[in-house]
Parts: sequence; C-alpha cells; structure tokens
Amino acid sequence: MKDSPFRLNGVSVSFGAVEVLRHLSMDINHGEFVAVVGPSGCGKTTLLNVLSGHIRPSSGTLQRTGGERMVYQQDGLFPWQTVWQNIALGLREVKDPAERDSQIRELLGLIRLEGFEQHYPHQLSGGMRQRVELARALAGNSETLLMDEPFSSLDYLTRIRMRQELARILQHRPRTVVLVTHDIEEAAQLADRVIVLTERPSQVRCELSISEPRPRGLTHPEVIRAADRILKELGIQDGAPSLANGKEA
Amino acid sequence: METRSGKLPSILLPAAVFAGGVALWALIWKSGVFPPSALPSPLGVIRAFGEELRNGRMINDLSTSLYRVTVGFLLAVLSGVPLGTWMGQKLKARTAFLPLLNFFRNLSPLAWIPFAILWFGVGDLAAIFLIFLSGFFPVVLATMAAVAGIPAVYSRVAETYGLHGFEKVVHVTLPAIMPQIITMLRVTAGLCWLVVVAAEMIAGRDGLGFAVMDSRNGLRMDMLAAEMVLIGGIGVILDRVLVRLTKIPSVRWGYER
Repeated sequence: MKDSPFRLNGVSVSFGAVEVLRHLSMDINHGEFVAVVGPSGCGKTTLLNVLSGHIRPSSGTLQRTGGERMVYQQDGLFPWQTVWQNIALGLREVKDPAERDSQIRELLGLIRLEGFEQHYPHQLSGGMRQRVELARALAGNSETLLMDEPFSSLDYLTRIRMRQELARILQHRPRTVVLVTHDIEEAAQLADRVIVLTERPSQVRCELSISEPRPRGLTHPEVIRAADRILKELGIQDGAPSLANGKEA
Repeated sequence: METRSGKLPSILLPAAVFAGGVALWALIWKSGVFPPSALPSPLGVIRAFGEELRNGRMINDLSTSLYRVTVGFLLAVLSGVPLGTWMGQKLKARTAFLPLLNFFRNLSPLAWIPFAILWFGVGDLAAIFLIFLSGFFPVVLATMAAVAGIPAVYSRVAETYGLHGFEKVVHVTLPAIMPQIITMLRVTAGLCWLVVVAAEMIAGRDGLGFAVMDSRNGLRMDMLAAEMVLIGGIGVILDRVLVRLTKIPSVRWGYER
C-alpha cells in the first residue's frame, strides 16, 4: 500500500481578511476518486490550488507525495501547439523519441482522436479539447489528476459523454483523482467519495462514500441516491439529509 | 467568412474605385482649376514614371529607402521585443520605465532630425537612427502589453510540465504573444515607411524622400507624383508581405477565436 498522495491536517487559507478554508483535514487515498462539491465561491478551487502547491496554507500542514497534474476548465492547452505537441509536453521526461512517439500514439488512441494529431486546439470542439488536455495530463507517470470543473464549459450532452470517457480512460490509466465540481450528478456518477463543503469559510459539511464500482451509469440507483443526498446536504432539495453528519457505514 | 463567389467582386470592385479615382483626377486636370504646372495629368505621370525607370534613379532611391527602413526596423524589433518581454514580466520594470517610454513614443521622431544630422551627418546612419526611434518605442510598449496580458493558466501549465527560464520564453511566452507581435510588426513597419520619406526629405542626399524634394525643387510635379505613387504602392506591398505571417499555422489561433 502506497502512502496517501495528499494528507491535509487542519489546513486554513485566508486572503487578507477573507477566510476561505477553515481547518480542513482529509486524507486522499491512493487510486481514489474524490469529488469536492459545494456552493459557488466556497473555495473549491482554492482547495485544488492548495493541493497543487500553488497556494500555501495559512496554517495547518499538507503532505504531498507523487506528482500531480491539473486539468483546467477550458483553454488549458497551448493554442500555438498541435494536439501532438500538446500531448508531447506531458512526456518531456521521456528522452527516447521513438518511445515518446509510441506513447503519444497510444494516448491518441485512448482518447479516440487518431487523425487529429496535426490539428490545433481552435480547430477542435470543446469536448475534443478537454480529451486532449486529459491525455496530456495522463501522459507520463504523475500520481494524481486534479480537475477544476473540467466539463463545465461543455454542453449537457457532451458533458455526459465526457464523464463516460473519463471513467473509461481511468480504467486504462488508473490515477488518484480530485475533481472539483458544482455538477452534483457528475460527482455522484464518477466519485468513490464525495466531500461536501460548507459556505465560506469552507469546512467539510459531510463526506459520503459510493461503494458501487466505477464506471456507473448516470441513472444507476446508487448514483441517484447519492445525488439526492448531496442535494439535501446542500439544502437545495427538501427533506433532512439521510445521514446526519459523517461517513456512511 | 468570404465565400467563393466573392472572389471576382473582390478584384472588380476595388479596380472600379481605382479607375473612378483616376477619371476624377483627369477631369479636374482637364477643367483647368489648377494650372498644368501645379497638377500633372495621369498620362504625364505615367510618362514621368517611365523616364525615372529608364534613367535608373527611381530604382536607386527605392533600394536606398528600403535598405534604411529594413535596417532601422529590424534594429527596433530585435531590441524592442526582448526589452518588452522582460518588462512585461516585471511589474517593477513597467512602473519604472513606462512614463519614459510613453514620453518618447509621443515625441515625433521627426523632432530628432536636427540631432540626427549633427550626430550622424546626412545619409544612411541619420535615417536609420530616425527609423529606429520611430519603431523602438511602439514595439517595446506593444510587446510589454502583450506579455503582461498572457493568461496566467499558460504559466501554470508551463510550470507543471517543467518549462522554465529560457525554454519557457521560447515555448510559451513568445508563441503566446505572436499574433499580437505580428499585428504590431505591420503597424510599426507602416510607421517606419512614413518616417523614412520625411527623414530623407530633410536629412538625405538620396532615397525616395530626397527624390520628392528634388522633384519639387526642379518643378517636376509629374515626377513628384510618380514618386508618390511608388511610395504608397511600396507601403501597401510591405504590409501585404507582413500579412503573410498571419498565415503561419501556429499563429492562426490568434485570428480565429
């Protein structure tokens, strides 16, 4: 068993007088898919920036092991590079050109974009661009994928398709994933564990585990049950949360 | 988007406007509003053009002016882009230098002509110096603004994938501003072409600007008009050449979003 890629202990983050995160403690386990949901402006992206090392906690400790790569909302690809060159960026540590080429080709196959290697990002649809970005982040051997609302700029149908793609691709290239999203369905469909944050300053409101193995269908009863619980926790859907506060047994 | 059927009108329409302009000119000339010594006829200008081409003077003047503009422009770009890139990354450098740069940018390079002659004499050097001055400040400012406006996400991606220092400049910073750089090159080249004519009118013994002055002094308005046609035409060609840069595949994103 490997170490936890992330171990947060009482992490708080403030920007000036604004307290964004308050005493967050969590372990993220190797190979686990964790989704973080919460009201908008609650500090989800700040949490990702802490995990990626771009923001230092004001107090508390963070242990990180293994490299991590970020998938951005949109436009994270270099528009002046082709699909091929963008993916190659993720394989800079591979020195042997033949080996690198074969890995790029394999990734292109994985994201089903063979034939598009010489295209530039602006020549692709939003969903195709996010697949390329995913391939770039999955290239090489970094342990963790940090995803910042990666599908939020896509239309609804494309978004659903991209979820299935992500689940499928992760079967081939398993990673520890931290996904920040305000899409409750997305969290319920993709994650092993959903962390619901409170309003700012954010604390963990509750965590729920979804035991049904991935990939799961959007209308799987477990997914719907989980979505229902998240909605109740966020106070969007009427009815008391089915579990008071804390982990599912 | 231009359609295929728009191809023919895109040649015919400007040609018609051009022909109309020449006809209007001929009409005014014919009407005698201006004496013939003050307004040459279109035909007279074509004859003067032929005369200038035959005696080779026009080609000499043209190559002289083009040489000066090319050298001055390249010096401005090769020094201005690196400086602007540096300043774009350093807020302190911007704060320190911006007022000075703005001052010089708003100071007409033509005001430097007396000093240029004193320091470099009449000839190539003075003209190159003036062209450099006209190009340098706009290049620095445009590059700086472009670099300062690069989306932060590109820097983070560069960092994540291990691009640092010089590698980052070559693979991220410069490509990210290339579309703006190309636009800036076109504007600056046009500016330099305007300035070289003015500079040579005062600080030259050859070049197209000097030719304009020389024709005026010889009361050869037909030759002067022929030179004006050439100056304008070359300016358009320079821009057409530079606009080809926007066709490079790795910069298309900047024009299609």
